[in-house]
Amino acid sequence: MHWSSLSDFIRMGGYGFYIWGSYGVTFVLLSGEVLMLLKRRRAVARIVPEPKVETRSAKFETAMASDKL
Amino acid sequence: MSTRRVNWYKYAAPANFYPLAGKMIPFFTVVTVLLFIIGLYVGFFVAPTDFQQGESYRIIFIHVPAAWMGMFLYVLMAVYAGLGWAFNARLGSMMATAISTTGAVFTFISLVTGSLWGKPAWGVYWVWDARMTSTLILMFLYIGFISLQASIDDPRRADRAGAVLALVGLINVPIIYFSVQWWNTLHQGATFTARSFKMAPSMLWAMLILLAACWMYSIAVVLVRVRCIIREREREAPWLAEAVA
Repeated sequence: MHWSSLSDFIRMGGYGFYIWGSYGVTFVLLSGEVLMLLKRRRAVARIVPEPKVETRSAKFETAMASDKL
Repeated sequence: MSTRRVNWYKYAAPANFYPLAGKMIPFFTVVTVLLFIIGLYVGFFVAPTDFQQGESYRIIFIHVPAAWMGMFLYVLMAVYAGLGWAFNARLGSMMATAISTTGAVFTFISLVTGSLWGKPAWGVYWVWDARMTSTLILMFLYIGFISLQASIDDPRRADRAGAVLALVGLINVPIIYFSVQWWNTLHQGATFTARSFKMAPSMLWAMLILLAACWMYSIAVVLVRVRCIIREREREAPWLAEAVA
């Protein structure tokens, strides 16, 4: 550990603005992408509900597993 | 005993890929969170202060992975777009569309973090250096791909137009990669060279773990997005319509 205190950690040897700016922008953009995506998923779910019935391929998988084929 | 062969073509069908993608998302989400925590811990608490650049070098832990992701995802997007076009495989085109947003986000992050690193290192936020200019062009290619697709109503026509743009723009990727060798640039040379690792092992690890975190993040986000696209586009298809009913 090379940080003697929290303020030392925040200062980052005088480069705090650049370092926290970089990580801040990254965090905001990635979490923004995730939030927008979850919003889109909710919007899609209103139009096309999540398929709940077992699809044909899933039935096929089950049959394969139980050696019925 | 029957030998079971994996039929890869099976998962080219959205109806089969949709549930598979759904099963994979929780795994990639958990791994993403873990890798980001570990990578940031190593980057801020294990990696030592650089003797030349002081603490400012810690920006590269996120800058280099973001820049790589911008390039990797562009190649992946172009390959999927090309497959979707050449084999008329609509899932390929949907994957390309799903990747484009994430690729643009990482390219933007690499440009912003790069200039935040450039200011203390070079004294300027931006110069028209070969690598930076070609990365900016990459950003414009992503924006072009996204807006071109958004401007065409028929999805399959939008897919084909996007594929042409993505494949032509592919020429930019080697230009970015080799720019530091071909031209005299202000941007430093490749971070990795086969002969020497100039960095301390913990610095290298911080960067590699965050690169892995960015990969896992991209996979998780792209899978969620491609499932949205599948549901939007295939809502009339029997497999979805039946399942809904």
